[in-house]
Amino acid sequence: MKAWDAIVIGGGHNGLVNACYLQRAGLDVLVVEKNDWVGGAATSRELTPGFLYSNCSYVCSLFRPEIMRDLELPRFGLQVISYEGGAVFTRDGDYLANYRDHDAHRREFARFSKRDAEAYDRYSRDVTRQCRFIQPLLMRTAPDPTSFRPRDLGELLYLGKKFAGLSAEETALTLRFWTMSISDFLDEYFETDVIKANFALSGIIGTALGPMSPGTAYVLLHHYMGEVDGSVGAWGYARGGMGAVTKALAASFKASGGTIRTGAEVDHVLIKNGKAKGVVLAGGEEIYGKLVISNADIKRTFLKLVEEKELPDIFLRRVRNFKIRGSSGKVNIALDSLPEFPALPKDSPIYRADMHFTDSIERMERAYDDWKAGRWSSDPFLDMMIPTTLDPTMAPPGKHFMSCFVQYAPPKIGGRDWTDADRDGFAESVISQIAQYSPGFRDRIVHMEVRTPREIEAEVGLTEGNIFQGELTFDQLLFNRPVPGYAQYRSPVGGLYMCGSSTHPGGGVMGAPGRNAAAEILRDLAKPTLHMSPAHDVI
Amino acid sequence: MIRHVEINSARSAAQSHFRTLRLGTPFQPRIDALGLKQDWYSWAGYRAPHSLWDEELEYFAIRSQAALFDISPMTKYRIEGPDAEAYLDRVTLRDVTKLKPGRVHYTAWCDDEGFVLDDGTLFRLSPTRFRLCSQERHLPWLLDSAIGYEVSVEEETEAVAGLALQGPTSFAILRDAGFVGVERLKVFDLAEFEHDGATVTISRTGFTGDLGYELFVPADKALSLWDRLMAAGELRGIRAIGYTALNRARLEAGLIVANADFTTSEHAIRTDRLRMPDEIGLGFMIDPDKGHFNGRRAILEARARKKLRHVLVGLEIEGNIPAEHAIVYYRKSQEVGLVSAAMWSPMAKRNIALASLKRPYGDTIVDDLWVEIYAMRELQYQKLMKRAKVVPRPFIKLDRRTANPPADF
Repeated sequence: MKAWDAIVIGGGHNGLVNACYLQRAGLDVLVVEKNDWVGGAATSRELTPGFLYSNCSYVCSLFRPEIMRDLELPRFGLQVISYEGGAVFTRDGDYLANYRDHDAHRREFARFSKRDAEAYDRYSRDVTRQCRFIQPLLMRTAPDPTSFRPRDLGELLYLGKKFAGLSAEETALTLRFWTMSISDFLDEYFETDVIKANFALSGIIGTALGPMSPGTAYVLLHHYMGEVDGSVGAWGYARGGMGAVTKALAASFKASGGTIRTGAEVDHVLIKNGKAKGVVLAGGEEIYGKLVISNADIKRTFLKLVEEKELPDIFLRRVRNFKIRGSSGKVNIALDSLPEFPALPKDSPIYRADMHFTDSIERMERAYDDWKAGRWSSDPFLDMMIPTTLDPTMAPPGKHFMSCFVQYAPPKIGGRDWTDADRDGFAESVISQIAQYSPGFRDRIVHMEVRTPREIEAEVGLTEGNIFQGELTFDQLLFNRPVPGYAQYRSPVGGLYMCGSSTHPGGGVMGAPGRNAAAEILRDLAKPTLHMSPAHDVI
Repeated sequence: MIRHVEINSARSAAQSHFRTLRLGTPFQPRIDALGLKQDWYSWAGYRAPHSLWDEELEYFAIRSQAALFDISPMTKYRIEGPDAEAYLDRVTLRDVTKLKPGRVHYTAWCDDEGFVLDDGTLFRLSPTRFRLCSQERHLPWLLDSAIGYEVSVEEETEAVAGLALQGPTSFAILRDAGFVGVERLKVFDLAEFEHDGATVTISRTGFTGDLGYELFVPADKALSLWDRLMAAGELRGIRAIGYTALNRARLEAGLIVANADFTTSEHAIRTDRLRMPDEIGLGFMIDPDKGHFNGRRAILEARARKKLRHVLVGLEIEGNIPAEHAIVYYRKSQEVGLVSAAMWSPMAKRNIALASLKRPYGDTIVDDLWVEIYAMRELQYQKLMKRAKVVPRPFIKLDRRTANPPADF
């Protein structure tokens, strides 16, 4: 019976990144994916003829350019295109735009507050400083502070040196930034509600916290530390939707000799004498592998795919307590024409940007109150965009795909499971919000895909539909991600590794967890990692 | 929720700015007509000329006749109130109580750590009214600093148009244009004059080291002021110029430019780029006896503990190849600094430069300094190692700048 060198559970972007690096190191790698397609939460599917949706994740910035280069993703079709800035519509019929041009950006802010317009440079400087601090940590395995191995001491020293390089004021800012709420952070720079709302949205996306919850300032940083071709903080579209990322990864993997089996759901990991020996599929088929790497989140991996008896108590308890709460949903809409927004001039670049309707932090926090009460937000926060204004591959000419990320959506409704009626009510809250700003919007709808945490968990496998495979709060970052003592992609089970976003440096379509996990695995196998570019310099 | 509410009309009228990424200044119709080269750059979001017709000749217009340069994009704040003097004395480095109404001084201001936020000119228009002009924008800083003072701070960049009229015939032009009494202005004096039913503030200031004036006027009177000066200057060689020419003149005058010769504190992402006044040649502004001002504690501590790490110096470099952005070496091998601006000076007939050096180089060690010049010539770098000598600034000193009364040319 064949034993693969490595079996990767889950064909999401991190699973595929991991598989690509291992295959290129000479291993014989199998990826098993439960769906009939690969991609996990980075997929593009045609659910209605002629329209391609970015079904889950919808924009690209965090995906590491080192990985794109190493795995030759451009050769396999990946193209990322920058888009225009964004806007928040205000309830008085106006809007606040973010323009890419620095001076247009300032003039736009000055329409609301001259003071805030001139505060932007200092805000931008401080956020950029934090990004530069964190960026080099993304492509490194976090040190284990309890270990005395030279490597961990070296990494700790590296972290310590980075801190020592900061002035007293910067150290204070860094620690505040990692722990404070995005609302409090923005209060230090801005005075205008809509301007604060405009920045605060990056602090709550994907997070079961409100803008007034401590820890959300870091979430903003997580959304700022990406880049599009060196333009740090910029966001772009993957041409062909986010599925283009995993499509390119799958093609790269196969081109280097890797094997993918779709429609192959793993029932459990085969473990003998405390060591992973392979996987057992839902149909009972056993597949043997010398190593097993799970791209699933740690709750799914260790509470569903591994028997409890194989795991130490403390580890199990921490996995159970790992925060991975569902907070968001997604509505994908096919439109037979471009919607109009009377507030926007017809020639506004904002049609090609991200759009939002939540014009105050107060409204965001109220939307979060609904989540706490176990309801979807009656006045939800939307991150909405129309990628087809820049990407001609996703809908026929003149027709459009609109992506709406929706927050907040709880994992359960009042303690019970979501029903189809709940899902329809959730969709209606979204459509009615858009329709208030875009007359005739409903009439343009050709088809709609509505995804509550229920649908996301059922299809993608993300526990509670949490897009980051676990909250990005400081207690779950660096050497505490996913749980203390297991931040280096290894698990208590020999030969069983983790490579999903539950691990450092966390969620978003970044690829870094998959890559870093591959580096650790190759280290354990004493294989060279010359095919892995080191992190780009931050100068 | 949502809409059907009366929209703020001024705010919504301003939406259309996205269609004009580079705004024109109030003088733009005249400058466009003269901008034969269409050689524009963005000055704080305004369409400003690098050069209008010939940068060499534009430079010589400054030094031989009179040059008209549009300074409208400069950031301007109107600072007014019974506490304006005390407030500015607290915010800026120099002693504002010594700045009499009708006078201007060049100053700078720092954050609490003593790092320079910007430099600029402070105009005292009356006992209780000032105008602060700068390169960068500082409204949050100025407003936060005003807490506890009876003072108002208003940004007036767009409302006020500005012109620099610089060069030997600039005085004669103003006199011929009918600004009666302009001959009484000494260097750094200002006075208000009637123009087209409004007031123009004329100061004997400038950025060229030459005889020259700066004029501030309400934006809607900008074109008539331009025309008045051009008409009066026709027989005295007045020419409109772009920034390249002005930049040469300012370098000869030894003057520094924020975010060209040093990085301002609110823009420095890398914290080792921050500079205290003593590190960029502005130590002379600090008056430890004047009472508290922003950054005072940190600056005095750095002085006492000898923690000033950099120094900005004037260099004279052998030969005639400009050393722009050249690395400065000690003994041809040890890297000690960087040239931020350099040129062959037509007025001094010397190869001059401004450079930031790591102390003690440029401070106590001034011998055996060299610059490595990479001169690209027909797709090949000609590498030159040239001796550099620390020299005092300004590089040129023109008697006509300070002569009283000013001469006709």
